[in-house]
Amino acid sequence: MSLLEVTNLKKNFGNTEVLKDISFSMEEGQAISIIGSSGSGKTTLLRCLNFLETPNAGKIAVRDEILFDGSDPKTFSEAEIRRKRLHFGLVFQSFNLFPQYTALENIMLAPKLALKEQHKQDNGEIRERGLELLNMMGLSNRADNYPHQLSGGQQQRVAIARALALSPDILCFDEPTSALDPELTGEVLKVIRELADNHTTMIIVTHEMAFARDVADTVIFMDGGNIVEQGDAKQVIENPREERTREFLAGYNG
Amino acid sequence: MFATVTLSLLMGFLSTLKLFILTLVFALPLGLAISLGTMSKVAILKYPLKFIIWIVRGTPLLLQLLIIYYGPGILLRNNVWGSSDSGRFIAALVAFAVNYACYFAEIYRGGIQSIPVGQYEAGQVLGMTKGQIFRKVVLLQVIKRIVPPMSNEIITLVKDTSLARVIAVYEIIWNGQAFIKSAGIIWPLFYTGAFYLIFSGLLTVLFNRLEKKLSYFR
Repeated sequence: MSLLEVTNLKKNFGNTEVLKDISFSMEEGQAISIIGSSGSGKTTLLRCLNFLETPNAGKIAVRDEILFDGSDPKTFSEAEIRRKRLHFGLVFQSFNLFPQYTALENIMLAPKLALKEQHKQDNGEIRERGLELLNMMGLSNRADNYPHQLSGGQQQRVAIARALALSPDILCFDEPTSALDPELTGEVLKVIRELADNHTTMIIVTHEMAFARDVADTVIFMDGGNIVEQGDAKQVIENPREERTREFLAGYNG
Repeated sequence: MFATVTLSLLMGFLSTLKLFILTLVFALPLGLAISLGTMSKVAILKYPLKFIIWIVRGTPLLLQLLIIYYGPGILLRNNVWGSSDSGRFIAALVAFAVNYACYFAEIYRGGIQSIPVGQYEAGQVLGMTKGQIFRKVVLLQVIKRIVPPMSNEIITLVKDTSLARVIAVYEIIWNGQAFIKSAGIIWPLFYTGAFYLIFSGLLTVLFNRLEKKLSYFR
């Protein structure tokens, strides 16, 4: 049984087919990197997994529980969608931290609300976990800073901690370093690499080819809404089988 | 003389204040209802409301006052407001409340629509409900954004209350002007300016404090 099974996913926006027929699966502890040019559908795929977009057809299943089935309208209810989202975490390209909360408060907000909904008591575990996560990110001394007081790299690391606080099954990254200066990219990639080393299950959409090759187990190359090639990270990036993959990567090797 | 004038103007200002406060009591929530309507997907709600906003913001408040007070009498042959002081006050209140609700509605809408969609999406992927996202993430950001334009409108309202005199609602300017006929002096009229200045000055200080309180984040 795979942790995640995506079958024949399709997504259209109006007349444009953004995802034509996407199928892949992943195991627990695996790190998949998705590469491809803009418009290939990589971001839409991530957004479908996180239920920010509703696919037009196909199936998404986590641990054999069907989260989405295009042919079964039962999977569309709002309250259910909320519950299903919690299988996934998403780190955005533009961080999307909540400006009115400190770094620590950003991390604690969703867990606290979830706890309240379950009518459970908060015995300070959420704060403890938040501080632990900030420590993992190397930001212990920034707990009480507001997002506007943090650099881009620091903000993104807080965003990663915020996503981890809910312990998602699969952590998704949507071009996590694309909005950062090259100097700040390193600190974020370091953190993601550490997470991968600790076998955090993750899907990373990125343009950092060297990073994808070194940190991911599997690389998926998407083009025009289809998966053109997928396989071992080193093999796909250094020795791609498909012509289109070769063309795409050639652009990165200058 | 000065004491008499001051007392009279104070009485008038009390009336001004009453109109000011009651207008806000009704216009602030009404504006929210209208703005939610203009952002709704229900066409029979959205377009009529947009039309009303266009009319109310596009014509002088002075004209609206006259239409609201005299209109029913002409159309229905029945002066629904009555000719008492309180009747005219209520008519003025209705005109002011509707007028300012429309201006507030557009300010609220601007504030709400300027919140980046990423804020909503971040809340969603963290498993928050729509209500939680609104109360815990969006609301404070909207408030911070609308304080400057709202303070503008509210300070304008203080001075707009003087228009009520056109349907013979006694407020401070009426009282000030009365001295021209009764005592042949015009300075009380100019003196009313002092009351407006002090009150709007107070409001300015209040709004500055509020802006400062919200400046801990950007």
